[in-house]
Amino acid sequence: MATTPETTEQGSTFTGNRQKVAAHLTQNEPLLFEKSSPGKRGYRLPPLDVPEADAAKLLGDAARTEAPELPELSEIEIIRHFTRLSTWNYAIDLGMYPLGSCTMKYNPRVNEFVSRLEGIAEAHPYQPESLSQGALQVLHTLEKALIEITGMDTITLQPAAGAHGEFTGILLTRAYHESKGNPRRKVLIPDSAHGTNPATAAVCGYQVENLRSNQHGMVDIDQLAKQVDDQTAALMLTNPSTIGVFEAEIHKIADVLHSKGALLYMDGANMNALCGKTRPGDFGVDVMHLNLHKTFSTPHGGGGPGSGPVACKKILEPFLPTPVVRENADGTLRLDYDRPHSVGRVRMFYGNFGMFVRALAYILANGPDGLRQTTEDAVLNANYIRKKLEGYYELPYKTPSMHEVVFSDKKQQARGIKTGDIAKRLIDYGFHPYTVSFPLIVPGALMIEPTESESKEELDLFIDAMQQIAREVEENPLLVLQAPHATRVKRMDETAAARKPILRWKGAPSREPLTVDTAAKEW
Amino acid sequence: MDYPAAYKYTKEHEWIELNGKWGKVGITDYAQNSLGDIVFVDLPKVGSSVEKGKVFGSVESVKAVSDLYSPVSGKVTAVNDDLTASPEKINTDAHGAWIMKVEVSDSADANDLLSKDAYETYIKEETH
Amino acid sequence: MRYLPKSDAERQSMLREIGSSSIDDLFSSIPAEYRLARDLDIPRQMGESEIVDFFKKAAAQNANGYVSFLGAGAYRHYRPVVIDALVQRGEFLTSYTPYQPEITQGTLQAIFEFQTMICELTGMDIANASMYDGSTGAAEAVMMAVRVTGRSGALVAKTVHPEYREVLATYAQHQNIDKQVLAYGEDGRVDLKALDAALTDQSACVLVQSPNFFGVVEDIPAIAEIAHKKGALLIVSIAEAVSLGAVRPPREADIVSMESQSFGVALSYGGPYCGVIAAKEKYLRQMPGRLAGQTVDKDGTRGFVLTLSTREQHIRREKATSNICTNQALVALMATIFMSVYGKEGIRELALHNLAKAQYASQVLSQNGAKLLFAGTPRFHEFVLLTDEPTDTINTRLLDDKIIGGLSLQRFYPELGNASLWCATELTTREQIDQTAKLLAGSHSTQPTLVHA
Repeated sequence: MATTPETTEQGSTFTGNRQKVAAHLTQNEPLLFEKSSPGKRGYRLPPLDVPEADAAKLLGDAARTEAPELPELSEIEIIRHFTRLSTWNYAIDLGMYPLGSCTMKYNPRVNEFVSRLEGIAEAHPYQPESLSQGALQVLHTLEKALIEITGMDTITLQPAAGAHGEFTGILLTRAYHESKGNPRRKVLIPDSAHGTNPATAAVCGYQVENLRSNQHGMVDIDQLAKQVDDQTAALMLTNPSTIGVFEAEIHKIADVLHSKGALLYMDGANMNALCGKTRPGDFGVDVMHLNLHKTFSTPHGGGGPGSGPVACKKILEPFLPTPVVRENADGTLRLDYDRPHSVGRVRMFYGNFGMFVRALAYILANGPDGLRQTTEDAVLNANYIRKKLEGYYELPYKTPSMHEVVFSDKKQQARGIKTGDIAKRLIDYGFHPYTVSFPLIVPGALMIEPTESESKEELDLFIDAMQQIAREVEENPLLVLQAPHATRVKRMDETAAARKPILRWKGAPSREPLTVDTAAKEW
Repeated sequence: MDYPAAYKYTKEHEWIELNGKWGKVGITDYAQNSLGDIVFVDLPKVGSSVEKGKVFGSVESVKAVSDLYSPVSGKVTAVNDDLTASPEKINTDAHGAWIMKVEVSDSADANDLLSKDAYETYIKEETH
Repeated sequence: MRYLPKSDAERQSMLREIGSSSIDDLFSSIPAEYRLARDLDIPRQMGESEIVDFFKKAAAQNANGYVSFLGAGAYRHYRPVVIDALVQRGEFLTSYTPYQPEITQGTLQAIFEFQTMICELTGMDIANASMYDGSTGAAEAVMMAVRVTGRSGALVAKTVHPEYREVLATYAQHQNIDKQVLAYGEDGRVDLKALDAALTDQSACVLVQSPNFFGVVEDIPAIAEIAHKKGALLIVSIAEAVSLGAVRPPREADIVSMESQSFGVALSYGGPYCGVIAAKEKYLRQMPGRLAGQTVDKDGTRGFVLTLSTREQHIRREKATSNICTNQALVALMATIFMSVYGKEGIRELALHNLAKAQYASQVLSQNGAKLLFAGTPRFHEFVLLTDEPTDTINTRLLDDKIIGGLSLQRFYPELGNASLWCATELTTREQIDQTAKLLAGSHSTQPTLVHA
């Protein structure tokens, strides 16, 4: 295995032995616009078989007179451009991606294959129902599976992502309370929650009330009982919590809420810790969203598309977004738009259908035994990492971990090294960093979620890297502080990017790397 | 860092320089230091009213937003437009880079603000 | 389970190292009464070939080998094969949001290129990294206008895609946004007089779509002038991105919300698609969604980062510009590749082919009794036909010849009677149009009685 010692401004101090990676050349590649030249083309249309259209005549003043400055390139240049860019990315396909809360698991290739079958990829959302039975069958089968997995009564697949699912779930909650005569005023959100939770509650017209976690990072039942009143619409709870801990008193939490008529909303971001082992519907959750791009293996794609189905109890069924899939007497399926109490649509058509195909393919590949084993392996991996690293990094909450483990940089802070620095150094070892500085209840958090997709060998490499970095922090802190050393670009000037935003290419073609000065001038 | 003795301070780390019923408000060096490189200042509107203890604007670093709380009630008479183009002035000279000028409606508002010494003691405690 | 890279022996050895006697130890924090003691009632584990068979069967039950005249917010265009070849590279497909710029420059540079091309096409100064789709994008644009203006009224043209309007209604209901629908005139466009009359000093924005749901191009400069006179922002929603190759960009708009599905994205029964919001630079701070910006690293090398993230939910929480987190990065990448394949000349040529096909189709299909509505108004590649027979009757007949006819407007615009919305793209052939025209014959139109909204 290759090792790449590094030199820093300090002399002969410890530098890690990087087992996973070796130096590797990547290609430089300018922007598309800088490669463009007039007359090159990457397309050819067939000859027009109808009379040519005179845009000026047909469109009049509405005709476009100046062409947009899109790049002009040949096909090979386009292939090389995007292939070169791709090599600058880290990805699950290259190795462990322990981004806590994001569940970066393997994205099976058969999912991609089946989503591209012609009758699926080319299905128009308005084609007749009689010619959409296959698509409706996919929707229906996935719905049934997700209802069973969550232990809920009903579901909508329409929301386009997790945050969109939260929005839908809180709309359902609001509609439910309104049907009882009072929408209520506030939503309780633990201080450990994802930022999307308070943002969602606000978008749905609720006041956000912070719920302080107890010393174990869990919901403080007494505090909850004090804060819940007849104006509380819901508690938005992530379970397991963002520190990877299962709320052991979940039934009491649900009871406190239900006794005041409030609902329990569960952020399903961490469903990868529960699938096949326990069901939110059984432990008192009224409404929850799932992230198909987390638990159900649809690809993250550099930041989407996601998909955020919302499962709920029967009491919320009348309010589900339109349309819903229903079975006809003859066994065929239809879309039902006659939903007088619905909160309305949250997205056009029926949701991110392509993601439903992939998630269903994943569920079929797993079956009940596979899903349970997946959850067990995800939890096993997180606990293995916890065990191997707890001597090296501070573990702020000693409560048992589920699928992720949260350390803090307390020990390393003493040497002036923060979680963000350790993260950058991890890049040199060939890993994507963990989630940095989240959850907020852990100052200097290192949030590690390995998922089930990592072999023991990959985990051991990761653990070894983390242990070596801990040693570097003691013996060669500058090395960590200046990391990453092995990447195409070093730490970026994010301050300059935010002070003088350059959000599109404007300049003349430039083959030279821009310096700070020219970047500022360009703006 | 030297905290001017002529200024009064809030526990939310704003300073105010009072001259009769006229006040000039900024954030303290301690605040700019904990925020890091400031990239944007959301200024109030000239002519708008501000209320003691209530938010009148915000300052942003790359990864954080901090609300600004008015030390006094009154009317905004001017804002420091320089900060729109050069928010970094707060980092380089926090006690010179004022954010807004206020016509104070009640001079008693200043009574419970911290003195230089009290503020310095306060931030020493907060650091520990 | 073939996705799990562990032997049972390895599992046991890991458990020993952790100090647990069994895997159930690790789940002991779940109260016993809530632990699932049975198998989930879902289909058994399948082999890969069975999975492929399952979906092939499903695909076979959908329309296959049909000629289609459907559009209405989801358009059938040719998707160059390089798009799929490139987006299936694992480095794009299996990467996440570029939080760590040192190892995600590929995604970040591609987003920066996307933002640039969207600005070029729409005539706006800035564009974000994408939104979920055109419908939610339009709703987010309205909320953005409300923040910018501090006003609460939104005037929405009835010619905006009905499902976009439904989504907006859902978003607006708890935002104290006062929504008002603007009627269309006999030319199928926003009634400018009605617009002028409806605007007040509490109007935050006017939302129109162009080309609109009927395929008709709105008079953007005129609408902008009326809106701006009252201090309202103009939001232009574009459901058919290809139109921008031939139709002038809505430069007078303040915010443009576009659906980019036409740029190389599969129809896929309605999603995933890719919205994007573009705007005038002065509205930057109120823009929802992610933005990639250019900067330099500490050695002065150019690179890209996500920037201005203080607008977003993970920092601003309940005060964020939107709760949006994940966007549609991979679909935006498809659009980026599509735009570079066609380029400056190609996007125009492609748009002109669409224009020509629709022009031909609208003439031929309206020869045998069907009437072309809004005939004198500029159109892109969709048109409304009014027929004697109900659309469903005609469409049922067409299905026998494996043709999917236009979309019945009965559900969305009952006032138009037996009206249907037809779309022709570069993929529609003359032969298909001629054959459809023959089958349409026998249906005769009555004069329309327009009931305005």
